Amino acid sequence: MSSLTEKDKPIVQLLLNTGTCPRCIFRFCRVGSQTLYRHPYKDLTEFLKNNQQQEDAAGFGVVDPPCKRIRLEHTEEVPDDLNQNGVLKHVPLVNDDSAAVENSTVEVCNVCLGILQEFCEADFVKRVCEKVKSADYQFTSFVFSVSLPPQLSVRERAAWLLVKQEMGKLGLSLAKDDIVQLKEAYKWIIHPQLSEELGVPADGKSLFEVSVVFAHPETDEECRFLMAVMKALEKIKEEDFLKHFPCPPSSPKNLCVALEIQCNNGAVFVAGRYNKYSRNLPQTPWIIDGERKLESSVEELISEHLMAEFKADSFNFSSSGREDVDVRTLGNGRPFAIELVNPRRIHFTAEEMKELQQTINNSSDKIRVRDLQLVTREAIGRMKEGEEEKTKTYSALVWTDKAIQKEDIAFLDDIKELKLDQKTPLRVLHRRPLAVRCRIIHTMKSEYIDEHHFRLHLKTQAGTYIKEFVHGDFGRTKPNIGSLLNRTADILELDVEVIVDWARNRCD
Amino acid sequence: MAAGRAGGGGAARYFTRWYKPDVKGRPCEDFCVLQHSNRICVITLAEAHPLLQNGKTIKSINYQISPNCSRLQNKVSGKSKRGAQFLTELAPLCRISSTDGEEYTIYSCIRGRLIEVNESILSNPAILQEKPSTEGYIAVVLPKFEESKSITQGLLTQKEYEEVLLKRHNNSA
Repeated sequence: MSSLTEKDKPIVQLLLNTGTCPRCIFRFCRVGSQTLYRHPYKDLTEFLKNNQQQEDAAGFGVVDPPCKRIRLEHTEEVPDDLNQNGVLKHVPLVNDDSAAVENSTVEVCNVCLGILQEFCEADFVKRVCEKVKSADYQFTSFVFSVSLPPQLSVRERAAWLLVKQEMGKLGLSLAKDDIVQLKEAYKWIIHPQLSEELGVPADGKSLFEVSVVFAHPETDEECRFLMAVMKALEKIKEEDFLKHFPCPPSSPKNLCVALEIQCNNGAVFVAGRYNKYSRNLPQTPWIIDGERKLESSVEELISEHLMAEFKADSFNFSSSGREDVDVRTLGNGRPFAIELVNPRRIHFTAEEMKELQQTINNSSDKIRVRDLQLVTREAIGRMKEGEEEKTKTYSALVWTDKAIQKEDIAFLDDIKELKLDQKTPLRVLHRRPLAVRCRIIHTMKSEYIDEHHFRLHLKTQAGTYIKEFVHGDFGRTKPNIGSLLNRTADILELDVEVIVDWARNRCD
Repeated sequence: MAAGRAGGGGAARYFTRWYKPDVKGRPCEDFCVLQHSNRICVITLAEAHPLLQNGKTIKSINYQISPNCSRLQNKVSGKSKRGAQFLTELAPLCRISSTDGEEYTIYSCIRGRLIEVNESILSNPAILQEKPSTEGYIAVVLPKFEESKSITQGLLTQKEYEEVLLKRHNNSA
């Protein structure tokens, strides 16, 4: 099964005559031996030519015993299975015209358009690896992905029809998935070479992706008769296909071109908790009508250092809730996570993360970060989870219009589990649905300052709008501090203390 | 009242005040529109409105502005406030009658979608007189995004309104 047999001979001849390359011929003859494909191109060409010339079937393919008269090049690359099948051993010593073969320009394969020819050669591997090396990524394995132009699928179909017809004459059948897929064969050939050059193994699950996009402008026109090529290929009848497309496929002049060679590293996630000490700092950039309201943001103060160290393309900031621009965040800090997209650098020791945290903290006194660490994507989900069930602790500076004495506010301390009906605050009503939400103030503790000011400490259900609970929002939050004190009340300052366990412990 | 707190502190300090005096030619029937920077508007009675003068007692407040239309039936859903009644500048919001037999119509003053009316004043009409620019508001209206600036163009600023009040005072003196 893994190499050529006598039955394949007419197929090999047919494909050779129509301008198909040796590796594509192997594919259509269902040769499953990876190592066979890896042999130098010219050896394969010679091997096929010579085998076709041998009228005697004894010299061909798997017919054993293996013929011993053949010199085998690149012996070290040939694994056991190939030795047993002995395929390459049948490559005859060409009567010294190998140089001529080498020099003659290789005809571009009418099926793979050069993918299994030039693009398997050391020069191309080198080109890819130079690109990877110059991009300066940290990686311990790689996954190689290939994008092929759609006309390759059409040509593949035409070649398959041709081979199927030929086999039909011999009373044999050929299903579409009997043949070895082009991409598969390509990876068999190129993976070991890339792996050797890059010094790391190929791994389908690797987060580091090297991708190549191929195009073949010369034949771009030829799949115009199909809309959405892959889908159309599934549906089209054979006779319709043959009306529109030459079978065998015509021989092109040019090879494919590798349009793009790109690298991408899987995202890494950094988490921690932040304090915000400024009443002039939004959590994320504050932009109205395309204009920035304030120069900086929590997100940017943290991310700019991470971006520089991880050398990422971009970032996504997320956090467990958020505070208003004029609200400080005290206590243990608010959990946050930053996804770094396509980072060049991914390995950081605990010590380096600590230094990074220090750099962030040294650069601004508006924020402070702690427990900065690398986390998994799954950990981010846990941060978002249960956001609504948490209890929040706040401290508010309250103003009242009419004078207050200590005794006037003392009763607030005795109120437990106060139920609020809170209509969507007017300040967010333009972007949120109108609703009445029931929220609970678990406890309050007042701290008298003077006749018009006191500090109020609150423990509330997450999702309670504190500012509205204090000033009442046109009576739309009921009860509110104003209604409880029978005065007009306003909130001058608000601090939130976030206390959660998430990301508290450094996991190295 | 603390300086800078329109309407006596509370939520109103985040709002810009706009006035529409003598609506429909009826003397002193002034309204005040509080506009938030997010374009939400709260429609209120201005301080000079006859209903807020000494001696007036409110008898009834009626959001049923015609046999077929009640502002209490207004329902909005979703972020985009689907289903809102659309108001033009002179769309009536409610009718308020006082014990002296007068009836006053409260107008929207701006074009926009009716988001909510203040149902609290139905059960507690006194609040309309005690806190006309906060808890005693009439309705919340959301102007169209593209009209959020233009809807206040025909209205008076606080300063212009104070001049109107001063002129009135001088004329009556």
